[in-house]
Amino acid sequence: MIVAEKKPMEEVIKEIKDYKNILLLGCNECVTVCEAGGKKEVGILASALRMYFLNQGEEKRIDEVTLERQCDHEYLEEIRDRIDTYDAVLSLACGVGVQFMADKYVSIPVYPGVNTCFLGATEKRGLWTERCQACGQCILASTAGICPISRCAKRILNGPCGGSTNGKCEISKELDCAWQLIINRLKAMSRMDDYEILLDIKDWSSDRAGGPRKVVREDVQE
Amino acid sequence: MRLSYPTSIKIIRVPCTGKVDVIHILRSFEKGADGVYVVGCMEGDCHFNKGNFRARKRVAQAQKMLDDIGIGGERVKMYNLSSSEAPLFVKFAKEMFDKIVELGPNPIKSAKKKNINRQTEAA
Ligand code: SF4
Ligand code: SF4
Repeated sequence: MIVAEKKPMEEVIKEIKDYKNILLLGCNECVTVCEAGGKKEVGILASALRMYFLNQGEEKRIDEVTLERQCDHEYLEEIRDRIDTYDAVLSLACGVGVQFMADKYVSIPVYPGVNTCFLGATEKRGLWTERCQACGQCILASTAGICPISRCAKRILNGPCGGSTNGKCEISKELDCAWQLIINRLKAMSRMDDYEILLDIKDWSSDRAGGPRKVVREDVQE
Repeated sequence: MRLSYPTSIKIIRVPCTGKVDVIHILRSFEKGADGVYVVGCMEGDCHFNKGNFRARKRVAQAQKMLDDIGIGGERVKMYNLSSSEAPLFVKFAKEMFDKIVELGPNPIKSAKKKNINRQTEAA
């Protein structure tokens, strides 16, 4: 999923301070799981913002809506009939949701309420870690299911580098060396022979370096 | 024991302090409460194991939020006691009461009033 973090209150206040009628828009998917922008966070932030502005002598209308997703037309359509009653939208979805909202409702200002961080997993409640950088050419088949692109600081394909010490990465003692993890897993699967197979130079044209990307599936298009 | 505690304190009963969420605390302030304190069982004695630990964290989150918006995090507090400790319950109630008296009323209440006055004046 996409992992995001709440923006500091101060920043959010700055974003919306000049508007009177604000729609606080949450998303029921990724940002709900990482506890940054779901229904619960929408409720808390809305309540806090109402109090903040009231205390400043300003009564603002801050409505709360949480959509199933903000990255799909059908759900974003659900607010079409009421969108004109707002001066601005504060979206707690990831950057994708914020932009899709902006694309769809051209004349209304949209502000991000979270910082979108990475593609990751919930290791445990309150701990999310990066697992994929959406490189567009997945090599997990050759790396024992552990991604050196997102989890190795140097993104090396035939690791580890000389900085790997006692299973930790040289950039931090807290960080597992991705290549150590790969080796451990190859061992556990009795596939250490695979470690001897050198990985080819990676085709980075499908990564961000090639500019914004798209996936087209004509077979499913209507 | 028939102990008495300040009458302005309203008790909201929950099955476990783990039920209390940040939003409940914030809404209380939005509705005009001057302070909120959560009284849970002793740490380690929670019937649901972690309820009172969760409550403590949520109280801390609410404190941070109230500090961020200028209402004041000291208006929220977490206490622990066991169910047989009535004198301690009274002690906590009095302590919180004194703290709130010292801090004064929730600024949201007067802000709301001022706003209403402004609106009626404008009308
Ligand atoms: S808008 Fe973002 S957070 Fe919401 S479902 Fe889509 S990708 Fe996930
Ligand atoms: S190899 Fe690329 S697609 Fe596969 S997990 Fe790593 S970053 Fe993601």
